[in-house]
Amino acid sequence: MLADLIRWFTDPNMQWILAGSLLLGLGSGVIGSFTFLRKQSLLGDALAHAALPGICIAFMLSGVKSVGLFMLGAIIAGMLATFGISAITRYSRIKQDAALGIVLSVFFGIGIVLLTKIQHSGNGNQSGLDKYMFGQAASMMLSDVYMMGAVSVLLIVVCALLFKEFKLVSFDPGFARGMGLKVAFLEQLLLLMTVIAVVVGIQAVGVVLVAALLITPAVAARYWTDALGLMVVLAGVFGALSGVTGTLISSTLSNLPTGPVTVLAATALFFVSAVFAPNRGLLAKWLRHLRSRSEVQKYAGRAVVHQSQTVERGTE
Amino acid sequence: MTDFWIILTGTLVAATCGILGCFLVLRKMAMVGDAISHSVLPGIAIAFLISSSRDSMLMLFGAAVLGLITVFLIQLLQNSGLQSDASIGIVFTALFAIGVIIISRNAAHIDLDLDCVLFGEIAYVQWDTWVWNGYDMGPVAVWMLGGTLLIVLAAIGLFYKQFKLCAFDPALAAAVGIPVALFHYMLMGLVSLSTVASFESVGAILVVGMLIIPAATAYLLTDRLSMMIVYSVLIGAISATGGYYAAKWLDASIAGAMVTVAGILFVLAFILSPSHGLVARLGKRRRMNSAAA
Repeated sequence: MLADLIRWFTDPNMQWILAGSLLLGLGSGVIGSFTFLRKQSLLGDALAHAALPGICIAFMLSGVKSVGLFMLGAIIAGMLATFGISAITRYSRIKQDAALGIVLSVFFGIGIVLLTKIQHSGNGNQSGLDKYMFGQAASMMLSDVYMMGAVSVLLIVVCALLFKEFKLVSFDPGFARGMGLKVAFLEQLLLLMTVIAVVVGIQAVGVVLVAALLITPAVAARYWTDALGLMVVLAGVFGALSGVTGTLISSTLSNLPTGPVTVLAATALFFVSAVFAPNRGLLAKWLRHLRSRSEVQKYAGRAVVHQSQTVERGTE
Repeated sequence: MTDFWIILTGTLVAATCGILGCFLVLRKMAMVGDAISHSVLPGIAIAFLISSSRDSMLMLFGAAVLGLITVFLIQLLQNSGLQSDASIGIVFTALFAIGVIIISRNAAHIDLDLDCVLFGEIAYVQWDTWVWNGYDMGPVAVWMLGGTLLIVLAAIGLFYKQFKLCAFDPALAAAVGIPVALFHYMLMGLVSLSTVASFESVGAILVVGMLIIPAATAYLLTDRLSMMIVYSVLIGAISATGGYYAAKWLDASIAGAMVTVAGILFVLAFILSPSHGLVARLGKRRRMNSAAA
């Protein structure tokens, strides 16, 4: 086991994959903080499912398996999905959750129809398209890893540069508008970055689980701090940690896909945060509850003593 | 005969999900349906490991238990002060991850295809038949879905008033003495039951689509709960039938085509619904503008 680990660490291929999943976790953790604050956590889930038809159409049009083209198709489909969701919630009485569910399942249904169409067309080149469903970071091509790392770095840099603007838009869009910020543009940019993070993440952890990369690290980070800057950094660190842990564990044990292990690592971090975080954690809350109860009991005891004294006096 | 069995299976799924979906959409819990349909996976995998066969009853039980655990965990996280969407996301991804790990670690013992779990293969429904006393009684899936539909109908029929009140005004329901939590868990139990019954035949995604899309479409067409349920079942049945022939024509996935047809029907209702559609809204606004001018 240990020898395995050392071998993996010294293998240059593996180093790249580790770096890639680290950057991916970092990037999606950072973006996830903003989507969490904007109460759009499940958007990631819908976008991941919506990417499938985009990928299929890109393949049907080009006939080649090119990660760049797939990403372009997926990003276009993802943006269409966000427009669909906002159109449904704005122009009908259907609420956000049902709108997400409708867009998710319809896009995915169309995607499955296209996917089976491709498979039945007998194009031998299509094998591996379904790898997209569950993700397999440990067996990724090196060029994919470069792409993943580069896009993640881009996301992090944009977030760092526009941090103040994104913060304002997330917390108080009205005030941001008053300050003269282009709120609509910034919101679209955040959506676009979410779509990109999801599309990149699909390769590593698969369609169903990519939502966890956005949600879980951000929620875990929220337990530790009230300051957005610190929360974003922590979410990035949590994401990177789970990415690295997932890749390492799944490549040392056989028959273990990367995505689920990564997600479980993130869930473990969330669990630890929810229980042990100072102030907002369960343990801290419980201790506070105990302390306040003992204080109340102390006062209550005194009050009872007082009362019994007055009663005694009354009977005299 | 093939056509008949597949359309019947699809319609049974649509009817079961359509009824439950109305309550999910009204209670703004559509994504809980999505979460349950994914997080029953470990329950199915564990049932498979225990029985080492596709014993449907045990699978049904395992998945129903996991469905209730999912709802319980989501509720727990929400009560601790987390946003509902974030708690749904955390719970279902974690459970789904556990399911995938169990299945892929025991790939040699589990004859469960993950693709099949997600997309389903309704075309195979007719091959898996129930033979009783030497008589071919028809596909197992039809019997299971039929049974589930009966359970759902019985539960909703018996407690229609209670479910209705819980859907529209939980506070009032609690005030008049209805055990709101019990009905909440009952609804969720029914959702997980129908998810599992539909699982093998139509896959997780079609279940989600059939839970949400017909109910949301019906929600745009009527203001009465009873009519909404009827419309929802009808729309589901039309999608199942239309989807089957569309898939046959395109030579593509049947489950996917059914959801796609349901999506087309939703878009039609979204634009053309006489009461809540886009055209009706714009017309109303124009009339109001001209009246004001």
